[in-house]
Amino acid sequence: MKRLLILGGGTAGTMAANRLAQELDLDEWEITVVDQSKIHYYQPGFLFIPFEIYKKRDVIKPRRDYLAPGVQVIFSPIDVIEPDRNRVRLQEGGRWLHYDFLIIATGTSPHPEETPGLLGSEWYHSIFDFYTIDGAVHLARRLRTWEGGNLVLNIVDMPIKCPVAPLEFIFLADWYFHEQGIRDKVKLTFVTPLSGAFTKPKAAAVLGNMLEERNIDLVTDFMVERVDPEQKVLISYDEQEVPYDLLVTIPLNMGSDVIARSGIGDELNYVPTDKYTLKARDFDNIFVLGDASNVPTSKAGSVAHFMVDVFVPNFLRYIDGLDLKPTFDGHANCYIESGFGKGILIDFNYDVEPLPGKFPLPGLGPFSLLQESVTNHWGKMIFRWMYWHILMRGRTLPMPAQMMMAGKWS
Amino acid sequence: MITLKVNDRVLTLDEEGFLVNPADWSEEAAHLLAKSEGIELTERHWKVIRFAREYYETNGASPTLRQISKGAGVPTKELFSLFPKGPAKKVARIAGIPKPAGCV
Repeated sequence: MKRLLILGGGTAGTMAANRLAQELDLDEWEITVVDQSKIHYYQPGFLFIPFEIYKKRDVIKPRRDYLAPGVQVIFSPIDVIEPDRNRVRLQEGGRWLHYDFLIIATGTSPHPEETPGLLGSEWYHSIFDFYTIDGAVHLARRLRTWEGGNLVLNIVDMPIKCPVAPLEFIFLADWYFHEQGIRDKVKLTFVTPLSGAFTKPKAAAVLGNMLEERNIDLVTDFMVERVDPEQKVLISYDEQEVPYDLLVTIPLNMGSDVIARSGIGDELNYVPTDKYTLKARDFDNIFVLGDASNVPTSKAGSVAHFMVDVFVPNFLRYIDGLDLKPTFDGHANCYIESGFGKGILIDFNYDVEPLPGKFPLPGLGPFSLLQESVTNHWGKMIFRWMYWHILMRGRTLPMPAQMMMAGKWS
Repeated sequence: MITLKVNDRVLTLDEEGFLVNPADWSEEAAHLLAKSEGIELTERHWKVIRFAREYYETNGASPTLRQISKGAGVPTKELFSLFPKGPAKKVARIAGIPKPAGCV
């Protein structure tokens, strides 16, 4: 029996396990997934919880239900990976798992403890995150009775998981406070370490205009050093200050501690990975999928999906002794909620920034790229169904994994 | 096209003022690029610039602020006083390496 071990049963790990369970002969291959939690969260849904569009129960499913019957599942935190000995030690009982091939899909998570002043007596009182279920639920509770003031959203540092979610948050906040009838009592400020509203120039210009139209202030090139929770101010390394009444923070994102303990990551615990083949740079029988890798594209579910699409056929070649094809192009595809029942859509890769156009059918759409539309919003809302019923079931979407230039104009 | 005259050589810069060809870089070029940012280079600046060059040569990518601070052993706070407003970008520009891609 050959052993394929998958660390992490989130978006990337689940898709990889289910697709490979269909492709590999399970009389010859043993597929095992390890995850520390029995709950599979629909993470794109966290964004909607503070505004009571979703509730906690809308984003939770049992992890086991979404892994194919032929896949073994172990629930345990992981202690360490020993790549030189092809084995992984679990924290539960110190048990060793040996592998022939390893897929690391351990993701990334927020680390508020890395910024002085975030955690403490004001955490979940006047300071919140929304990239965790607890943060999102606490923030919903706070917003329900908030009477207005100065709401500041701050991104601590890049890269972050789902880099469009902070913009979506502030757009939805604009809409939500309108609905509550208190928009005139709320000042919204978007504070970012980037030089614009987003990373890529054309999208940054469009999104920057959307902030302005909505009367949302934009503070750029702001690298936060610490937060003073008593005075309620953000303080940057170059001594600029931004005061707030309610702070929504996107803390520093880091890869799993397992990566650090195993000594196989960079300074943010991401695993150095070949950006075209997704093989770990330093190991020939390890692949890295989803947010755990250091490849220079967005950390997002859509990217994980395109990664799995190109990884699966490549892995089948590889185990037959063929070379890996350099087929991953960094493709990302993100719906951005812009409030009031509309959204925009961006589609890009390593080399091509988000451009206007139609998607997925050139000229027809139905989705509009880099432009607000009601259809884009429905694309986002329908995605939750697609996530659970198509992607997590190991089914494929009828669209190519690589980005297409057709239908785009520059 | 923007150019920078270093002694008798003319170097090409991109629209944001980064050297198009990192191999064109020299210490004189660094002085001129720093001057255009209003920075007079000291030994502390050089420690950072040398690290950034080395990092680029090893990794084929420009270092992020966190990587510079950790790798060169210069606290982030000091990087902001040495290279005010966006140190990662300024270090890359003066070191003649591409604009850091870090943010996607």
